[in-house]
Amino acid sequence: MKYIDEFRDAGSARGLAAAIARETDASREYRIMEFCGGHTHAISRYGIADLLPANIRLIHGPGCPVCVLPMGRIDSAIELALEHKVMLLVYGDCLRLPASAGMSLMQARARGADVRMVYSTQDALRFARDNPRREVVFFAIGFETTTPATAVAVLQAERDGLANFSVFCNHVLTPPAIEHILGSPSQAGDVALDGFIGPAHVSTVIGSRPYERFATDYGKPLVIAGFEPLDVMQAIRMLVAQLNEGRAEVENEFTRAVTRDGNLKAQRLCAQVFELREAFEWRGLGVLASSALRLNERYRGFDAEARFRLAARSAPDHKACECGAILRGSKRPSECRLFGTACTPERPMGSCMVSSEGACAAHYSYGRFRDAA
Amino acid sequence: MNRARKDWSHPLDFRDGRVDMTHGSGGRAMAQLIDELFLEAFDNRWLRALNDQACLDVPAGRLAMATDAHVVSPLFFPGGDIGSLSVHGTINDVAMAGARPLYLAAAFVLEEGFALADLRRIVQSMARAAREARVPVVTGDTKVVQAGKGDGVFITTTGIGVIPDGVEIAGARARPGDRILVSGTLGEHGVAVMACREGLEFASSVRSDTAALHELVAAMVDTAPGIHVLRDPTRGGLATTLNEIARASDVGMMIDEARVPVSEGVAAACEFLGLDPLYVANEGKLVCICAAEDAGRVLGAMRAHSLGADAALIGEVVADPNCFVQMQTALGGRRIVDWLSGEQLPRIC
Repeated sequence: MKYIDEFRDAGSARGLAAAIARETDASREYRIMEFCGGHTHAISRYGIADLLPANIRLIHGPGCPVCVLPMGRIDSAIELALEHKVMLLVYGDCLRLPASAGMSLMQARARGADVRMVYSTQDALRFARDNPRREVVFFAIGFETTTPATAVAVLQAERDGLANFSVFCNHVLTPPAIEHILGSPSQAGDVALDGFIGPAHVSTVIGSRPYERFATDYGKPLVIAGFEPLDVMQAIRMLVAQLNEGRAEVENEFTRAVTRDGNLKAQRLCAQVFELREAFEWRGLGVLASSALRLNERYRGFDAEARFRLAARSAPDHKACECGAILRGSKRPSECRLFGTACTPERPMGSCMVSSEGACAAHYSYGRFRDAA
Repeated sequence: MNRARKDWSHPLDFRDGRVDMTHGSGGRAMAQLIDELFLEAFDNRWLRALNDQACLDVPAGRLAMATDAHVVSPLFFPGGDIGSLSVHGTINDVAMAGARPLYLAAAFVLEEGFALADLRRIVQSMARAAREARVPVVTGDTKVVQAGKGDGVFITTTGIGVIPDGVEIAGARARPGDRILVSGTLGEHGVAVMACREGLEFASSVRSDTAALHELVAAMVDTAPGIHVLRDPTRGGLATTLNEIARASDVGMMIDEARVPVSEGVAAACEFLGLDPLYVANEGKLVCICAAEDAGRVLGAMRAHSLGADAALIGEVVADPNCFVQMQTALGGRRIVDWLSGEQLPRIC
């Protein structure tokens, strides 16, 4: 496939691997967090860790939208579908997310809830148009990548007078999560992160500028990288170079899609429709200030939380679940005692085991042979 | 039965007619449906006898028997439909024992309101598939459920076949050192069906690979009667099939990503849907595991057959107490190829 095979070429990968091996300083460790689940998935699926020297440690970050969604939000979605009897439209990953009391949207569907999988907000609008007598709610989830599409859907719904359409908004923001990780106590000790592989798709929207303060204020280099395996390896090489030279800058490996300012039109659309929530609960990370979006006053009529008067719900994770520590990068999946025993992709207890972008699911599905070795 | 004397005055309306509850009631309407549709299409002496069962002559030896319920949606897809699929699926299940399929039985669950024109299209497709495979549908049953209680039509087929002497093919027979072969490119059925699902229509030239594999199997078994395992990687795809075999045989596997055949169309569709071709369903492909010394001959026999032209040796069976199926990635790394968990769901971003 054109424009894809070039970024998965085995010969180039060997070349890059050799360069990284040559350029790393054997006397130190390089602790690099890939923030995004998309990178976690690529690293696991292509076996990239096998191509790197042992002193480069890749730590999986919290950039997986379904992983950081707290159970209370899924409980609310189930409430919408089962009690308010709406037609709930979700992206595929959300169906299996564990909610309280062993429930999930898939389980709710088996109990009669009308939950349907969509691929885009345009599909969601079509369901609303085709079912004018039903309340149709789109379960909006994702980082800045998917937010503009939700904004457009709300604007279209208003223009077309789709009064039966609303949005259950769970859009979250990348920079506050990185900030939270950098400010957490574990970052003061020996396990501090040395640098970040920055998001690919998120950065196409927000640009590289929002990360600059992590380099200046925290002294951490960040390299924005595409989701293909050679992108990831090239970004690692660039981080190694920065760390060896004592630099801390935002660099852009994904120049074919990301600019410093990002997609200004998308940013304008989001600003038109959304406002910052004062605070939002993230699974594993806790309540983070100014870290999520909701529909603003002008578009509140399309906000399912307002329309159905949803009360804020909060549900604790399982006591032994280490999703929080794993999402902050302070524990590995195999260090959780539920991993692979009580918690598996078939019966996920923690959210990191749900999406294939989650650190635990990626390690279980692709990498657990390393634990057996 | 005397076909000259009809008990009904008007023929079935295959243009605008619909299935109604009387077509499953056991009365005259059902007899007419059998006569004008099923007998007409399948046309063989066992069905014409109109008994509650088919009485069959079978050769001596071991019989293989398989049954498969087909609930595919949509009913018609590029490269096939539920009719041809229901014939191929069961023939393949029988053939994966190395057996020569002999006869099929078919049960239809029809939904009230289903268009007779569509039903006829499906039954004719089924009859064509059975004729081409030379495996007759010798007995059957029809039931009708109320509107809203079915999905148009469900078809269950059952098949029997005879296993040649000396052939001992089973999922538990993979041994370390055995070679793993596939008969062609993967994922075509799943992508073709997904491409025309409601809400997911996308332009794709991928057609379902649905096909009866028993003649390919016969050629392989002729060449190497000692084949250890045959399996058709349907739901869950190659990945799930290899894991089933690994568990049944208490072995591990190591496959080489660069050797796994995937067509450009399937690779592209999987790319933008966020799916992995290793987990996408096939309906006209098989996995073969055989001793290393047989692998060359079996591969030659596969490639000589039109349904095995793209056959490839993709890896080998290894000793592994964890029964992991692992893959050398094309990039040069290593990873597990795990069971499919739940439904295969697309990723968000």
